[in-house]
Amino acid sequence: MSREELSFWMGRYEARFPTDRHYARNHMWAQRQGPDRWRFGFSAYAVRLLQDVYFLDWHFEPGTPVRQGDQIGEIESSKAESLLYAPVTGRMVQINESLLDDPSLINVDTYQQGWLFEMESQDPEVLSPQQYLDHLAESWKSAQRLIKGQVNE
Amino acid sequence: MPVKLTVVISQSQSKNPRKRQLEEEIVGRLLGQRGIEVTLVPHLYDLKPDGTGVLCLRGIQGHMVVLSWLYPRAAFWVLDRFGVRGYEGKTQLKYLGQEETDTGATETPAEENPLQGQVPRPPLPNRWIYCLDLRAYEDPQVYVDEILRLARETTPPRPAAPAAPSGNGHGGQTTFVGLSLPGVGDAPEAEARPAQEPPSAGSSAEKTNGTAVRKVDEQPARRWYPVIDYSRCTNCLECLDFCLFGVYGVDQTESIVVQQPDNCRKGCPACSRVCPAGAIIFPQHKSPAIAGATDEAAGGGLKIDLSKLFGAPDALQVAVQERDRELLAAGREAVGMSVGLPKRSQQRAEQPRDELDDLIDAVEELDL
Repeated sequence: MSREELSFWMGRYEARFPTDRHYARNHMWAQRQGPDRWRFGFSAYAVRLLQDVYFLDWHFEPGTPVRQGDQIGEIESSKAESLLYAPVTGRMVQINESLLDDPSLINVDTYQQGWLFEMESQDPEVLSPQQYLDHLAESWKSAQRLIKGQVNE
Repeated sequence: MPVKLTVVISQSQSKNPRKRQLEEEIVGRLLGQRGIEVTLVPHLYDLKPDGTGVLCLRGIQGHMVVLSWLYPRAAFWVLDRFGVRGYEGKTQLKYLGQEETDTGATETPAEENPLQGQVPRPPLPNRWIYCLDLRAYEDPQVYVDEILRLARETTPPRPAAPAAPSGNGHGGQTTFVGLSLPGVGDAPEAEARPAQEPPSAGSSAEKTNGTAVRKVDEQPARRWYPVIDYSRCTNCLECLDFCLFGVYGVDQTESIVVQQPDNCRKGCPACSRVCPAGAIIFPQHKSPAIAGATDEAAGGGLKIDLSKLFGAPDALQVAVQERDRELLAAGREAVGMSVGLPKRSQQRAEQPRDELDDLIDAVEELDL
């Protein structure tokens, strides 16, 4: 299957973004699975920043309603750690169980088997691939600044 | 022999036997060391502004090493608030996440006064205050070695004029009268300073061979209030606008002070999140950045924290939620974003709260 992609240069690294799906501002892709059901995973941008994912933990039970920005889990990788936040407002319905044993799927197959969780959401705030790219271009500078500041210290 | 160094041990709030044991071990091993005097006080942060503990601390002359269950920066500015002031000494103890660099440079030249923020402050007494974090090491000997090293090596921050210390004349503050410091020492702090009394009431001293141990028996209740780091504060008064509980005020020089600390709502750190300079410390908050960790210690230093990129809510939003919760709990109405958020909220969106701008210049290109 050949896929259409957009790309964004993170320094010397080209991050690719398939156009068969939407994206959330917090660097997750969002793919519709049913009328109100969406599957989320990390975008190549997020994975590039994280590098090898070592550990993933979720802080919700399936069925939990969340608002966009609520804390839902945490992640640790070779380079970074982060709390994870709900990409949109809705209900958490399922997690990708296979990642709990082997989170490296996030690195290996970012856009398919490396999906993170599914949510039910009516009219979620998601971006088109091009809108997401614009968002990346806008925020790349401050992202670099945030990272460099920490690397230097 | 004059006392060269006073070691203050601020005891843990909890009766955790391991903590008590560490404190006692350190005291025990310092007994008999010449030139060192030990004072045990209850948890620094909880001390009553005019209680025995604070009076006792103000009476201490000369260099101090303060060991507490707090971040060193938090302990330093809690002391400042109590009118116990001096130059901030840098120790060689390394905390989690700090790299083994720039050892040797233990003391900052007084010319580059590191405490010179933008708020006018009374001149500092000519002495060092070293703060050590008791949470950093389990081995008491680490602290003891560092204290002994400091006792050997510490010299005053500024060359002192040959004048006698005037310990009793200036509100208890030790003032090695400096080069151009007439009438130094009195800090018109928010918490009024009573005239000094000998810190004997409620405290007991036992003299041992060369080392005195003084224990302050004050039994303070737990407190919760903000502490201002005046080396960072820019006197922008955002905290004054934001807090709706009357904690902040300004003094005669229009400088921000924590005027009514005990009006503060227990557990609420909202003003700290709002402060653009990261100058407000809540020493007991669970988040290291708010509790006074220095920037390098806050993140653990080893891994990059990507939370901000991955959607962590803006500090301002969190602060507004926290404030609303406290307003409701106090039987008042939530105000949301409508009060105390001047135009700054727009600027904040683009500008991360840390001083990252200074840091980027150092690295040309990000190379992950």
